[in-house]
Amino acid sequence: MKTALLEKIEQSQLKEKAPEFTVGDSVRVHVKIKEGDKERIQVYAGTVIARDGGGANETFTVRRISFGEGVERVFPVHSPYVAKVEVERRGVARRAKLYYMRKLTSKQSRLKEVQE
Amino acid sequence: MQTLIGKKIGMTRVYDADGVQVPVTVVQVGPCTVVQRKSKAADGYEAVQLGYGEQKEARLTKPQQGHFKKAGAKPAKVLREVRVAADEGARPGDVVTAKIFEGVKYVDVLAHTKGKGFQGVVRRFKFGGGRASHGGGWLRKPGSIGNREWPARIFKNKKLPGHMGSGDVTTQNLRVVQVLADDHALLLEGAVPGPVGGIVVVRKAIKKA
Repeated sequence: MKTALLEKIEQSQLKEKAPEFTVGDSVRVHVKIKEGDKERIQVYAGTVIARDGGGANETFTVRRISFGEGVERVFPVHSPYVAKVEVERRGVARRAKLYYMRKLTSKQSRLKEVQE
Repeated sequence: MQTLIGKKIGMTRVYDADGVQVPVTVVQVGPCTVVQRKSKAADGYEAVQLGYGEQKEARLTKPQQGHFKKAGAKPAKVLREVRVAADEGARPGDVVTAKIFEGVKYVDVLAHTKGKGFQGVVRRFKFGGGRASHGGGWLRKPGSIGNREWPARIFKNKKLPGHMGSGDVTTQNLRVVQVLADDHALLLEGAVPGPVGGIVVVRKAIKKA
């Protein structure tokens, strides 16, 4: 159980406006990268296959196929290094973790788009 | 005297000024009341007795009640002694808060570790154990523990299975990430011994400034 104090400390670490997306979405994650004293933004695009943890500990996993090789990166939702998360396409996910995507070929791993 | 009694609250993560994640343990410290000032003349050594936590007066024995009354302090749940220099200014009844850790970079934490019960040598002393294949024969056993006709005994302190944990340990040089004086709390980088809710003693690091 989290005490009020722990809760308060975690609250102070959260972003005021947490990025909104769900598992299955195709996203473009804008990552801040520091090179010396310069800062630039790099975009990492892929599918969200999992969200883990809660509060200040929450992370999400983005999977993409890069040069024929599957790559997964885990980002903390509230990290200042995650500048922005753009949702490109909202996919239908019928479970919370899409780990089965790892076994699929790229054609099979397409998700249906959410119909509004 | 830069020491306080406190309680381990739990772990979380915070972001520092550069945006880098820092794993921290939240420790609630103080406010502590000075209950007794021991002196070389009266007690043979110099120390300050600190009290932490609230206690109902009815739960104390008469002698304990008198002990707190003499200091003009509220009954405390936990009492701990801290060795101090002879010129230490603390008087009975003084209240010490987390403010004393402002500007302190590193602290030591003293606590009672979680009990692990009776454990074998692999877990207790990180022995490698034997191999599973190629005729193995001993997996998690300690193996040979001595010689033969000489010395005809096992040397003392030989690492063997036994009780592990539930001991008093000091973790030195934990970095103070933040002092939350209003909440009587410290954020310390890394892990602190003992269970959540366990009593800890936090003092300014004696080996690192």
